[in-house]
Order: sequence, then C-alpha cells, then structure tokens
Amino acid sequence: MAKIQVENLTKVFGKRPGRAIKLLEQGKSKDEILEETGCTVGVNRSNFSVEAGEIFVIMGLSGSGKSTLVRLLNRLIDPTEGSVWVDGDDLARMDDKGLRKVRREKMSMVFQQFGLFPFRTILDNVAYGLEIQGLEEQEKKKKADEALQLVGLGGYGNMYPDELSGGMQQRVGLARALAADTDILLMDEAFSALDPLIRKEMQDELLELQGRMKKTIVFITHDLDEALRLGDRITIMKDGRVVQIGTPEDILQHPADDYVAKFVEDVDRSKVFTAEAVMKRPEVLTIDKDGPRVALQRMKKEGISSLYVTNKDRTLLGIVHADEVSELAEQGSEDIRSVLHEDVPTVQKDTVVKEMIELLTYKNTPVAVVDEENKIVGIVVRGSVMALLSGKEVSAVE
Amino acid sequence: MSNMTPLPLAAWIDAFVEWLTQAEFIFGPLTDFIGYIISGFEWFFGIFPPWLLLLIMVGLTFWFAGRKIGLTVFVLLGLLLIWNLGYWEDMVLTLAIVLTAGVISIVIGVPVGIWMSRSPVVEGTIKPVLDFMQTMPAFVYLIPAVAFFGIGMVPGVVASVIFAMPPTIRFTNLGIRQVPTEIIEASEAFGSTGNQKLFKVQLPMAKTTIMAGINQTIMLALSMVVIASMIGADGLGTAVYFAVGRNDVGGGFEAGLAIVIVAIILDRLTQGIGASKRK
Repeated sequence: MAKIQVENLTKVFGKRPGRAIKLLEQGKSKDEILEETGCTVGVNRSNFSVEAGEIFVIMGLSGSGKSTLVRLLNRLIDPTEGSVWVDGDDLARMDDKGLRKVRREKMSMVFQQFGLFPFRTILDNVAYGLEIQGLEEQEKKKKADEALQLVGLGGYGNMYPDELSGGMQQRVGLARALAADTDILLMDEAFSALDPLIRKEMQDELLELQGRMKKTIVFITHDLDEALRLGDRITIMKDGRVVQIGTPEDILQHPADDYVAKFVEDVDRSKVFTAEAVMKRPEVLTIDKDGPRVALQRMKKEGISSLYVTNKDRTLLGIVHADEVSELAEQGSEDIRSVLHEDVPTVQKDTVVKEMIELLTYKNTPVAVVDEENKIVGIVVRGSVMALLSGKEVSAVE
Repeated sequence: MSNMTPLPLAAWIDAFVEWLTQAEFIFGPLTDFIGYIISGFEWFFGIFPPWLLLLIMVGLTFWFAGRKIGLTVFVLLGLLLIWNLGYWEDMVLTLAIVLTAGVISIVIGVPVGIWMSRSPVVEGTIKPVLDFMQTMPAFVYLIPAVAFFGIGMVPGVVASVIFAMPPTIRFTNLGIRQVPTEIIEASEAFGSTGNQKLFKVQLPMAKTTIMAGINQTIMLALSMVVIASMIGADGLGTAVYFAVGRNDVGGGFEAGLAIVIVAIILDRLTQGIGASKRK
C-alpha cells in the first residue's frame, strides 16, 4: 500500500470555492475561474501516490501550486475537496487531535527559509518537536543531539540560528525534522535558498542520509536539475494540475505534453541517463570455445572491429581486435588468449552517461557494462550515446 | 444648521453614566482592588530607606539598560537631585500610580492584543475603540472616573489605564501578526497545540514589539500624572498642578524636572528589558 495516497485533491482560495469547483469540473481554466469568481485555484484535482522509502519530487515553476500542494499534505492548508490518505487515514477528515498526532508521529517538514526559531538555541530548535510531545528533558536532549550529529553539526548545539550560515541553518532544519523520527519528510524547496555549491553538497548529503534512513520524502523544487538528481519519481505541476508523473528517465524520454517537453529540452541528459539506458546486448566470445575464425565471422556479421571475451559464466576477461585476430587466423593458431587485451574500460549499470563520454571519445571500442561480479551485462557504443544526447529514443536491452 | 435641534448626546451620556454609578457592587470592590495594588507598591517602596531605594534604582538601570556608564551616572545625579529638592515622597507616589496603571494595562492589554491577532473581526472591532481611547482628550476621562471611583489615587489610575493601555494592545497584536508565516507553519507542522504555538513561538517572537508597546504605555501613564492630580492623585503631578495655580514658575520647573528624570529612568529600563539580552 502506498504511504501517501492523494485523491482528487483540490484547493481553491477565495470566497466562493463551491462555484469555482463547479467551473473546474466543467473544464474551465484557472484564469477563467479567477475572472468569473475571483477565486484562485491553488491545486486542481490532483491524484498521486507516494511509495514508502522513495524520494518523490514535486516540481513546478512559481505559481504552479507545488507549495500549496505540500501544505495540503500535512494540512497546514485545509483542502477544499479531496483526500490525503496517510497510512490508511484520511487527513482531510481528521479532527484537530488526530491531525496533531499525525504531524507529531508521522510527518515532519523542512522549510525554504528554514523556519528556525531565532530565540532558541540550535539544540532547542532541533528538540522542538520532541518538546511539544512532552518528552523528558534527558531523552529530548539525547535525541536532538543525535540528530545534530547526523547532519554534521555536533558541536553547535549552544549557538543561535543567526550565528550560522545558510547551509548550516538548513542542516538544523533538517535535523529538527529528523529528530522527530517520522517516516515521512516533507521538504518545501528546502535547498532553494542556498547557493549552488552548498545546494549540491546538501543534495549529496540528503541522498547519503536517505540511503541509510529510508524515509519517505516528498521534495518540492522549482529546479529541474535538482528534481532529476534527487527524485526516484518526479511529478511535474502546472497551474495547479499534475501534468506528468514518472521516473527522471521517463520524463526526459517521454514528455507527456509540449509543456514538459519544453521544460526538459535544455537538461543535460548525460547527467541523468545511466549506462543501463543506453547499453546494448553484447556480442561476446567465449574463451576455450570460440576461436579466431568464429571471432572474425561474428565481427563481420555485426559490422564491428572488436569483441569482448568472457568465461562460460560471462565473466569479462578482455577484448580482441579484428586485425590481430585475423593475423592469428592466418598463422593457423586456435587460441585467442595470445591477442587478448585485458585492460579494458568497464562501467557499472548505474554509471551516468557523462562519465562514459571520455572513455568513448579516445578509443574506438565500445565500453563494457559489468555487474558487481564483473560479468558483462551490456556494451555501450558511441552511436547510442549520441542518439541519447540529441534527444532521440534509444533502445535499451530488453 | 442653526435651526436644527441638537441631539441630546450629552444628556444620553449623563443618563448612561448615572445608570452605571448605580452599579456600586462592581465599582466598590474594583476601587478597593486598585487601591490595594497602589498601596502595595507604596508599601514596597517604603521598605527601603531613600538612599537604598536610590541605589537599587541606579543598579537596575545599570543592569537592564545595557550597562552604560553615562546613563547610570545621569540616573544617580537625577535621583539625588529629586531627593535634594524634597520630592522623594512625591516621586514614590508617582511611581506607585504609574506602575499600577502599567501592570493593569499589561494584564488587560496583552490578552486583548492576542485575541485581536487571532481574528480580523475582533481586530476590526477593537481598533476604532483604541483610536477613540487615545484621541479623546484625557481630561474627559476624569469626569466618569470620579463618578465611578470617587476622588483620589484610584480614579487617577483608572483614567491613566484608559489613556495608556492602547499601545500595549496594538503592539501585542502587531508583534504576533508580524511573526513570519514559515515560523508559524514550522510550529504547526510539528504538531503544536494552540497554546504551545502561542507561548513557545508567537509570544517569544513578539516579545520585543510587545515590550515597545509596554514602554509606550508606561510613558503615557506618566504623562497622565499631572492631569490625574486634578482629581486628587497625589505625587509629582500635584506639585506641578499647585505650582500652576500659584503661578510659581520655579517650583513648577523643579517638579516638572523630577517627572522628566523619572520618565527617562522608566523609559530606559523598559526599553532595556525589551531588548534581547542575548550576547
């Protein structure tokens, strides 16, 4: 079951939300509704679900309703219509007491401008969530301290927020959310106020933390690069509507409409796509079985000038080149070991294309993709990388 | 216009006040209660001999108003001057009245300000009342104050409270409304109850602004002492009032100077408490 399930979620700001909803159902646009009723449509009948343990990025430009949407998830804003199911309970229909319980125990939030309490020390800021739950002083301090260690701010507990840099303040914000030990983390443009270098550093750290903690993270951003870097899945929003939901590769490869296509056209695709997306099924030679003649014949058939050589269990051994193999064949030798080059460039399935470009530029051989046991699972040739970078569909191994 | 019948507004107000004065069961205990607070302060200040009270006040100013040497020396000399001129007793009375008015204003004003900050309707209703309280000439309050509370210190305090309370209400409301949305959201997102939000976040965040309002309130209460002296509230105000009656420029100046010195001390003290003590 999904951790968060959002159904038909709608928020209309203004005095006549009922009328606005009727118009929405008739398919009127946001602007038309504003003109007719004076109401602003924040979020328009959105549906999606967030799975446990994933980073779910909600991405959109300003005014797209993403910040409203995340506030509907923990009901900082009351929805006009629709449901938010968290672990099977509908937040939209919960009383105050139940809502407080969910906020305390299930979801915590990180804010764009950090939302720290300036009059509290760093430690007391981090302990806020625990304090209002009435935790004992000792236990509260201990947990807050652990959370601070986790974000690398162990020694800063006695300082005040204005004594820290922006990046450090946001670590405090993150620590405050982690200290509450909730399954769900809502991050509203959490890194948008930071300068680019610090932002990247924070993204890396978040990924690293996520690798260990396996939270369910809903991450809001207006930055597509950030969305692609962090997201297991990405939702693109426009005018309060969900336009597309998919993995980063999905969204780049199959934009749902012109809006998304235009949006993603300038993305550095080489940073998003991995070897897995561009590799082909490898033609290989099995050592001890295939000789130089088989090798030449296979090269001729495939129109290539080199072949990878493996064991029977497909463990990668090296590569042979056409010129040397044909010399060998003329000499009448059967063993290709003598012309085997063991020093070959290999990458993993999740290596991004960008890191393979150099390997492909200077050598005319394809790059081998291997798994953890050094077994070959595919090869990447220049042509498929170029096709990918130019925005064309590439056929991955089936 | 001249041949129009004037509305009997004065008569109505008179009738209303007449009706209110019947409510002795309310105003009797209230008068006593305010009286107790005033004499409480008087008694408290009376515990210390003048030289010790003087040193305590100098010490408090030094401690709370940012440890400024110049200000401390000024306060020391100013208080010595008041003592020397023979206004010490009057000053203590004035302090008692002003502090009583201040305390009552805070106890009523801060909750009203909080209430205002929570609802636009309440804010819209109370704001014109505050405007009225502040712009109505302060002398006018003396008349009903005497009618309800008799002559003496208590009606002086009541008139001062009405005149001086609005800044505390306004600044409390303003201070709470100025807390950044994200900080309020942060407090709510972690599951705070309304009271937790108020006491752990809103009031601490608004503290500096509220203290600025309280500072204004105390200053306004002090500015009422001369006016209140006309209905028998003793203290430095009476000295000024008498000097005016006798055309005694020198005496009026002395008492006026004493009020200025007290004003400066109270102002710096309340400002000092309002400023964040961090660092």
